[in-house]
Amino acid sequence: MTVFLQQIINGLSLGSIYALIALGYTMVYGIIKLINFAHGDIYMLGAYIGFIAVTSLGLGFFPALLAAMAGCALIGVIIERVAYKPLRHATRITALITAIGVSYFLQAGTQRVMGTGVKTFPNVLSNEVFMIGGVRITSQQIIIFITTIVLMLVLQFIVKKTKIGRAMRAVSVDADAAKLMGINVDATISYTFAIGSALAGAAGVLVGIYYNSINPLMGTLPGVKAFIAAVFGGIGIIPGAMFGGFFIGVCETLIAGYGGSLYKDAVVYIILIVILIIKPAGLLGKNVKEKV
Amino acid sequence: MSLLKVSDLTKNFGGLCAVSHVNMEIEEKELIGLIGPNGAGKTTLFNLLTGVYEPSEGTIELNVDGQMKSIGGLKPYVITGLGLARTFQNIRLFKNLSVLDNVKIGMQKDIQYGVFSAVLRSNAYYREEKRVEEKAMELLRVVNLDKKKDEKAMNLPYGEQRKLEIARALATDPKILFLDEPAAGMNPQETTELTELIHQIKENFNLTIVLIEHDMSLVMSICERIYVLDYGKLLASGVPEVIKNDSKVIEAYLGEEI
Amino acid sequence: MKDRFKKTNLCWLAAIILSYVILTALMQAGIIDAVYETVLSTIMINIILAISLNLIIGITGQFSLGHAGFMCIGAYSAGVMMKQMPGMGGFLVGILIGFVISALVALIVSIPTLRLKGDYLAIATLGFGEIIRIIVLNMTITNGAAGLVLQKVVTFPFIFAAMVLSTIVIVNFGCSAPGRACISVREDEIASEAMGINTTKYKVMAFVIGAMIASLAGALYAGNFYVIRPDMFTFNRSIDILVIVVFGGMGSMTGSYIAAIVIGLLNNFLQSFAAVRMIIYGLALVLIMIFRPSGLLGTKEFTFTSLFNRFSKRKGEAQ
Repeated sequence: MTVFLQQIINGLSLGSIYALIALGYTMVYGIIKLINFAHGDIYMLGAYIGFIAVTSLGLGFFPALLAAMAGCALIGVIIERVAYKPLRHATRITALITAIGVSYFLQAGTQRVMGTGVKTFPNVLSNEVFMIGGVRITSQQIIIFITTIVLMLVLQFIVKKTKIGRAMRAVSVDADAAKLMGINVDATISYTFAIGSALAGAAGVLVGIYYNSINPLMGTLPGVKAFIAAVFGGIGIIPGAMFGGFFIGVCETLIAGYGGSLYKDAVVYIILIVILIIKPAGLLGKNVKEKV
Repeated sequence: MSLLKVSDLTKNFGGLCAVSHVNMEIEEKELIGLIGPNGAGKTTLFNLLTGVYEPSEGTIELNVDGQMKSIGGLKPYVITGLGLARTFQNIRLFKNLSVLDNVKIGMQKDIQYGVFSAVLRSNAYYREEKRVEEKAMELLRVVNLDKKKDEKAMNLPYGEQRKLEIARALATDPKILFLDEPAAGMNPQETTELTELIHQIKENFNLTIVLIEHDMSLVMSICERIYVLDYGKLLASGVPEVIKNDSKVIEAYLGEEI
Repeated sequence: MKDRFKKTNLCWLAAIILSYVILTALMQAGIIDAVYETVLSTIMINIILAISLNLIIGITGQFSLGHAGFMCIGAYSAGVMMKQMPGMGGFLVGILIGFVISALVALIVSIPTLRLKGDYLAIATLGFGEIIRIIVLNMTITNGAAGLVLQKVVTFPFIFAAMVLSTIVIVNFGCSAPGRACISVREDEIASEAMGINTTKYKVMAFVIGAMIASLAGALYAGNFYVIRPDMFTFNRSIDILVIVVFGGMGSMTGSYIAAIVIGLLNNFLQSFAAVRMIIYGLALVLIMIFRPSGLLGTKEFTFTSLFNRFSKRKGEAQ
């Protein structure tokens, strides 16, 4: 039982990170139907921006977090404007290849600038350990979890209550109709990229603190996992991505905790496939049948 | 024995009842019209008959070699195999393929060679491909598109796209042909041509035809019997003269003068 | 039948023999040296992979991201057999076993997943590809992460023959009735089904044939480069193959050939700029997609028929 609870706690921390990345995937997919394969690399850049903010500028946790979010938001918007905007009406697969190109570019570019090796992320947060009934919880885990929840609440607020959120929802349903209603579609898409990338940037800093090490290729696997989380919850659906992220995180740590770490990725994929077969549009997705 | 028998057919989408307890009986070589206001459930009825949707209640029976066989809820390709073919309201041609290939695809189910013959180009492959090509050209001549066989389907004018869809449906060698608004978007002259075409294929291919249409002059002039749907329910059925003078039909759909 | 020996088929035969003779001569003369021979082998294996994926994505319209998994099956079937039975015999048996396993796995994978559409299918196949790799990674017979070191049994003539045969199989399939059925699935699944086509059957068929040919490519890889490790078959490999298919033009086999050659040579050229290689590659992908979104050839295919038509047209204009 202790092992179980312990792995749940660890899983929620890992899941927070997946959920933050998955949100960006799901928002971008919802609005322009693009699997933004470079999103995992935005998260990696967030970790590096946080790293620079802490080591070179000597900032603390919160300023570094904000710097990473702002930096990633900017990078996300630039990528969208330069690489994806010209392809708005191209086929999905073309856009996907472009995203892969961007991903390679970001990885290789970071390797060139920051070196290919692993960097140690400094300890900006004191790490107190609490033992509750044999279960170990660190203050870092608590901060990661709280930060994630706060960011998600902010996101929900933006999407549900603000003008820009309404524009996002309108564009995701029908971009052409939204345009006719006077919504600036390009600006709305840019905002979406900015918000999604900022969340990924935050995840980057959090993971740097949690694992203490960052490298230029660190975005690939969490990127894929986060995408799976988004699909799992029903891609395009924000609560689905949150739930998917936490679920995948908890599953992974549970499997690892019970001695299956070699197979943990395989099990994640199997869960995904099973869900898709039972509910082809994801857990929270509605199955829309094509009108004939 | 009738060719197609629909009993108590119902389709619910969530709380919405799109088709409700419809009964129909269609004899061989009839030309049936299906009319009604927009949203009355005409296309849904077609979709049920051709297997796109599964019925919520009721049965659909088709006369297959003298026996009534229940076909409700079968997969569309199985139903097509049993001799029901259709066209679509919002034209669904294989847009990027040539006119000829569109028709050839309709003949898929009676092609007598398999993957191995295809890959090895056996004699059966050459023999069958030749036969398919000849038959497809024959069908294209029927709808007067033989000269455009190499054009992409999407580049045809609208009226010809509708005709190509009919030719493609004929290629499946049907007993019953369902036409979903075949004259939609056509000018009067094209409509006249279409009317002739429908007559012609009905005779030449020994077909039973069921058509959905809003063009009342076309419906009244060629249909032998008419079914009227309103809010998913069968409002009336009978020969055109009766339908024209039915007060309920006039109220729901036709309007006062016709 | 005489159709089999018509002019265009003879032209293709001549083209195949000619390219074989030229390549062999260049190797004999030392113009294609050992380094370029490796590049050539890579390109030919990539061509096999690309056309087999093109059958699934370009012709049948099913978005698969798990192709590396089938390559992995082929490579390890050949590798494990060569460990038991060194030499060409083991290799050939390995190819056959690879065919059987990849066909079975493709069948198991495709029947449930091919009901999914578009991006969902992509992610499900990505998952299956990774599962195959993780299983191989954890098996004893495959020697885990360290992989297998084999002997080189396959050289240029064998790969060339395999490439030609794979191409013939796929092109013939594409031009046949089952191939047309696959194309109709890509164009409009609902209309296809209304034409009496069992769409699932044809999707599975294309998937299985594609998987078997990918496993052949994997076996050739093992037999030619003689070192195989599970990390050579990650989903990045699937993406590399996908890039070739999209760059060449989805549905165009000629396009896959050209794209595989261009990318193979580009990669080799960039080796000398190792530091910035991936940066340039990434940028190139973005630029190519922006300026040629439907790939080099779109869905166009080079055929001798069209070439002859063009010639006769030109002659007609001249007169």
